[in-house]
Amino acid sequence: MNKFFSLPRFSLRAIAVWRRNFLVWRKLAIPSVLGNLADPMIYLFGLGYGLGSLLPEVAGVSYIVFLASGTVCASTMNAASFEALYSAFSRMHVQKTWEAILNAPVTLDDVLAGEWLWAAAKATLSGLAILLVIAALGFVASPLALWAIPVIFLTGLCFAALGLIVTALAPSYDFFMYYFTLFVTPMILLSGVFFPVEQLPATIQTIASLLPLAHAVRLVRPLLLGELPVDAGMHLAALLVTALAAYWLALVLTRRRLLK
Amino acid sequence: MEQLIVSGLRKSYAGREVVAGVSFTLARGECYGLLGPNGAGKTTTLRCCLGLTAPDSGVIAMAGEPIPARAREARMKVGVVPQFDNLDPDFTVAENLRVFGRYFGISDAATRSRIPDLLDFAGLAGKENARLQTLSGGMKRRLTLARALVNDPDLLLLDEPTTGLDPQARHLIWERLKRLLQQGKTILLTTHFMDEAERLCHRLAILDQGRIVAEGAPRQLIATHIEPQVIEVYGEDAPAWAGSAEQGYARRIEVSGETAFCYVEAEQVAPLLAHLAERPELRTLHRPANLEDVFLKLTGRELRD
Repeated sequence: MNKFFSLPRFSLRAIAVWRRNFLVWRKLAIPSVLGNLADPMIYLFGLGYGLGSLLPEVAGVSYIVFLASGTVCASTMNAASFEALYSAFSRMHVQKTWEAILNAPVTLDDVLAGEWLWAAAKATLSGLAILLVIAALGFVASPLALWAIPVIFLTGLCFAALGLIVTALAPSYDFFMYYFTLFVTPMILLSGVFFPVEQLPATIQTIASLLPLAHAVRLVRPLLLGELPVDAGMHLAALLVTALAAYWLALVLTRRRLLK
Repeated sequence: MEQLIVSGLRKSYAGREVVAGVSFTLARGECYGLLGPNGAGKTTTLRCCLGLTAPDSGVIAMAGEPIPARAREARMKVGVVPQFDNLDPDFTVAENLRVFGRYFGISDAATRSRIPDLLDFAGLAGKENARLQTLSGGMKRRLTLARALVNDPDLLLLDEPTTGLDPQARHLIWERLKRLLQQGKTILLTTHFMDEAERLCHRLAILDQGRIVAEGAPRQLIATHIEPQVIEVYGEDAPAWAGSAEQGYARRIEVSGETAFCYVEAEQVAPLLAHLAERPELRTLHRPANLEDVFLKLTGRELRD
């Protein structure tokens, strides 16, 4: 079944798929943004002020400032994952939206590219919304923070692609629980979102340094603190390679599922 | 020019041959039916035509384009009504059409100018801003048909377009499909409603286990494959009667449950009815043979699901 493994082919028809999702989102934009903002903000203020008041400085800054940059990354990941899992699965499997689109002159490669870019865009919006709030609260040190925006988009691409792999394999919505409990939640705890990775035992630190979310945190945190990230090129490359490889795998698995 | 040419099409799934050498062609302006029990290979054949599944072997040309090599170009000129409703539930009626037009590269302005005509055709005039949840099953089906026309296609592929509809809704769809044929469109229709096929199709193929077992015009298939008259005999004693009935009363007798179907020549009708009149416990119905009789003769009476 070699044909399923061919490299992704991109065409402008993917934009029509992206715009379809955008039109749906626009109808519910305000509740959607507020909903995406509420949960991370509750954690940020609850843990940041509550737990933070018990702590001395963490990694040289107050705990809420430390946590703010982690929250930007974690909620970008969450937004990308939810969109690429539950929403994409609804469109693929429940509503059969993809099936309808494939009867038009749009290929499955276009559909998946549209979904991928859409989930990344929605995740970027989610990350940006939090970035704006924490900037307004004075938790952002300098305009260097603007460089976090492309990192947020890349993080969105990375987790959207990983999510699409799981969607391509999912028999039902229940399947996504495994992804969250076995991959997403442990990763949040190991990637330096809530506490510095240096607190972990050495072997776990090594594993943690390979996680995509850890790369995002290593880039975003210094940028929000007004510093240049260490090994920025390596972290960017890791996110980019993960995004592209995961997208290709997602595409192969989706072709195998829908074009057999 | 032929709108669709399928030649020697074969497709297997997990070692089971679902389509086992199917060939047919559709001339422009023709309505061609694919009839067959569940699992006969109808939908797989359509998927192969659209380039959504690569056949194991065989040649397909749709709307003048080789499939699957130029499937995208072919789909530009084709409209599809799928078996299961896949309209966008988040959109209004007009948004469904506009967004679908974008998949063909049609500008919103161009689709917008066509929407009144499309909705008028579908009997949905004035429903532009209706939410999808407010539409009945028949209205959704008609909207799906309007959606398939958004690119003004030459060829329409309809996969069981009236399944699940009430008689009023079915008749309305049939009337619209006839109008499309009058406009010169070509239609490939799959169905397992014999009356639908008899009404609409110029020619049809009966598919069974991936093979075409008969092909021709509906009247011609009835004339070729089956006796012209049918007398159905009902009652508890009907199977016993059929078992003991003398040869010569009917050419063939098939028993299904408590019904005996007697397939007879015109001159056998009067003697058989006279014989049955002596058995008042058996109820009878005399009718001309139809496509369903041909279908059941060729594909058998066993359930296929």
